[in-house]
Amino acid sequence: MADLTKKSLTEIVSLIKKKEIKSEEVTNLFIKNIENDKKLNSFITNCNEHAIKKAKKFDKNPKLDTLLPGIPIAVKDLFCTEGVKTTAGSKMLDNFIPNYESTITKNLWNEGAFLLGKLNCDEYAMGSSNETSFFGNVMNPVAKNTVPGGSSGGSASALAADLTPTTIGTDTGGSIRQPASFTGTVGLKPTYGLCSRWGIVAFASSLDQAGPMTKTVEDCALMLEAMAGFDEKDSTSINKKKENYSKNLTNNIKGLKIGIPKEYRVDGMPKEIDELWENGKKILKESGAEIIDISLPNTKYALPTYYIVAPAEASSNLARYDGVKYGFRSNKGTNLIEMYENTRSEGFGDEVKRRILIGTYVLSSGYYDAYYIKAQKVRQLIKNDFDESFKKVDAILTPSTPSAAFKIGEKKNDPISMYLNDIFTVPVNLAGIPAISIPAGTDNNNYPLGLQLIGKTLDEQKLLNIAFAVEKKINFKQNLNRWWEK
Amino acid sequence: MVGKVMNGEKGKYLIEGEKGKWEVVIGLEVHAQVSSNSKLFSGSSTKFGAEPNTQVSLVDSAFPGMLPVINEFCVQQAIKTGLGLNAKINLHSVFDRKNYFYADLPQGYQISQYKNPIVGEGKITLDLPNGTKIIGIERLHLEQDAGKSIHDLDPSNTYVDLNRSGVALMEIVSKPDLSSPDEVNAYIKKLRSIMRYLGTCDGNMQEGSLRADVNVSVRKEGNKELGTRCEIKNVNSIKFMQMAIICEAQRQVQLLEAGKSIDQETRLFDTKKNETRSMRSKEDAHDYRYFPDPDLLPLNLNKELIENIKKNLPELPDQKKERFINNYSLTAYEANVLVSEKEISDYFEEVVKTSDIKLAKNWIMGDLFASLNEKNISISQSPVTTKKMSQLIDSISSGVISGRTAKEVFEIMKESGEEPNKIIESKGLQQKSDPKELEKIIEKILTENNDKVEQYKSGKDKLFGFFVGQVMKISGGKANPQLVNQILKNKLKK
Repeated sequence: MADLTKKSLTEIVSLIKKKEIKSEEVTNLFIKNIENDKKLNSFITNCNEHAIKKAKKFDKNPKLDTLLPGIPIAVKDLFCTEGVKTTAGSKMLDNFIPNYESTITKNLWNEGAFLLGKLNCDEYAMGSSNETSFFGNVMNPVAKNTVPGGSSGGSASALAADLTPTTIGTDTGGSIRQPASFTGTVGLKPTYGLCSRWGIVAFASSLDQAGPMTKTVEDCALMLEAMAGFDEKDSTSINKKKENYSKNLTNNIKGLKIGIPKEYRVDGMPKEIDELWENGKKILKESGAEIIDISLPNTKYALPTYYIVAPAEASSNLARYDGVKYGFRSNKGTNLIEMYENTRSEGFGDEVKRRILIGTYVLSSGYYDAYYIKAQKVRQLIKNDFDESFKKVDAILTPSTPSAAFKIGEKKNDPISMYLNDIFTVPVNLAGIPAISIPAGTDNNNYPLGLQLIGKTLDEQKLLNIAFAVEKKINFKQNLNRWWEK
Repeated sequence: MVGKVMNGEKGKYLIEGEKGKWEVVIGLEVHAQVSSNSKLFSGSSTKFGAEPNTQVSLVDSAFPGMLPVINEFCVQQAIKTGLGLNAKINLHSVFDRKNYFYADLPQGYQISQYKNPIVGEGKITLDLPNGTKIIGIERLHLEQDAGKSIHDLDPSNTYVDLNRSGVALMEIVSKPDLSSPDEVNAYIKKLRSIMRYLGTCDGNMQEGSLRADVNVSVRKEGNKELGTRCEIKNVNSIKFMQMAIICEAQRQVQLLEAGKSIDQETRLFDTKKNETRSMRSKEDAHDYRYFPDPDLLPLNLNKELIENIKKNLPELPDQKKERFINNYSLTAYEANVLVSEKEISDYFEEVVKTSDIKLAKNWIMGDLFASLNEKNISISQSPVTTKKMSQLIDSISSGVISGRTAKEVFEIMKESGEEPNKIIESKGLQQKSDPKELEKIIEKILTENNDKVEQYKSGKDKLFGFFVGQVMKISGGKANPQLVNQILKNKLKK
């Protein structure tokens, strides 16, 4: 079963449940692939021994009535994992080993999965190309020297390269959906509050949301089911009954209304993206859905709003990394202030510093009203746009990104063009609603491109159903030459 | 000391400068620790005096990915306090982050309430020698305490104890309605008393449960405009608050009279040198970059919760004072003293359940208070329990002992805690109240002092006291005075 690592999570789960394969075999096959990770650089920490031990333990007494029986999973290194180094892609936490487990990973382990490793990401999840990580950039399995997107770049790369059967990321402004789009995989950002934030290194608290990254929509439903749930340790967690997303998954979307927002057509967008979008509409129509033109007039303000709100929260959230209690501490300086300055100068990378500076600025007295308060008001307008649209439609179809994967270094010195990558994903985070990116085609380089489906608050099931229907008809095939193994 | 403190009209507190008389305007920001077993946003214990860093959760020490969850009990305590201060409870309030770096502030921000506090305007009534005065309350909000930096354990290192980190505080801000150190004393005592009645703050100043930032400004007598104020940070006893106010007000008068102006700044009070020192000027003031904490939802309260708390509020000092005046015929002064501490009022009410009111108030406010002062203990620590006090009072009212003997019994009680009946019994202190026995003694005295009896009968009334004295002498002071008087009068008539 040499190709097992190429199979979907759902298929592997089914093989384990039918006892056709053991967890240890599955684990060993993925570990074998991980041995070739060097060029991709998608892992920060390997947990091979831990994973084999867990797999053996599972095989000895297999508990099969769980969602993820005996499944090894590598996760973004933003999730705190008990006893395993958790870096957030930063020098600041290079030596940090939590003695606690994030709620989301604990939920996965409770469903029978175990940790395979910790995946590279942009430093503190700030970036759209995985180039800001202290542990080096990650390459996209799609083509050498291209970025996998970010911030969950290591997760997307490892998943696409078959180094993990599924993974989880976090999405503050597109950090799951954009890398999914760049790597030809599926990524879902759930409704804000559906997945607990407890134990995830915080970037921007009002926007951060964990979500599944998978090879198929079916896998995505299965993973979301395992992850989601009320957590009393997170005050922003939504208290609602668990849903059976995978069991209720259907491609029958007859009669659903899908909105097409005119504002999501931007200058300089490759024509392949337009074609893809048109193709998406066609498929939806064929599936019995109705296409409706809509307008989200405040879309153009989403990116500037995001780059006020997110850095503001980040500047405060990252204040705790001061060298006093844990993590990196500079040995330079002779007093407290100098220790702070040196620790934070040496411990944080440029992009993190840039956002702390922006955030500190927009919260400063005299600027607070003009920036932060105004941004909060615009955020409400953006949310209102969606609320209005959802009176008319069940979901919204857009491209996931304005381009396919770009070359490493191409946008590194131009933050604005880097930020523009998130132009289609950011409004969703500001509104707190769910959205999924699914692979939908390729550009003229043959690099994958994704389509994004945006849904109503807590309407993940419908979103998954629509994605499931579209995925079947698009029938995207990942065709990697596995250059990194050579 | 330039400005002499003097009392103006109606006892008004004034500072006499070289160029006129100055009023002092004071506002207090009291930080009161909420009585709660666990912290404001974590389950850690708040017990005082534990080993350093033994009451610290991952939330209190701000580990990555940790999130605050509001302690509902602390919210109820704040509402209760607000109601006790006759204040408006805000149905919608917001927790904000106050950002600054310090080694004992693990998050790099303090969670507090800035624009939308849980409690709005209220008032406290002070009983002052010249009558009552109402002090306005501006607001009350909930916030986290920081940890403690310890600088004197090591010459080159600072140690940090996070046991206090995250403990719930109520910041109670008064309006600038206070105008003398005595009023500040009365205000803190009244506020403390209200919170202790409510059980929302133990008011223990030694343990840091009650501290205050003191805002002081001065203005020419009669001037309506407020002067520029200085804030004296973190003063932890009433005595120090009063000292700080006196020296800060005088410093300001001196500057203003020299034609200089006051810089609005934060100052520290040096208790050893008895002076305030500049800590930071307005220009150097922190920019705290307040913004709503995105980890916490706004606090929305429902009216039923507030009504429910209101319904279950205990009787507060002002109400109790009224009741004491009406039910026990006390003077306003007596009622004030007896309700000042809940424990004292409870003691009094327990004693008067069975015993004479007039005797009870006199004994409690007299000998008992003196003994508490002498030993520096609280009423609940006194060996003279309410039961023993009642016994003592009852033996006076029933004539078993005289008031004078009772003092003797009390002296023993306050040390040993022995029951008064046993002391009276073992020392044989009972009064002689058997008329036959007393008659014998009196007849003997009258026979022995026949000449004086004659003198008395011929009009020298003063000799009556002599006969009483003789009876007391022979009886060892134990003869029942009323009975002695009665019998003597009868005998001398004949």
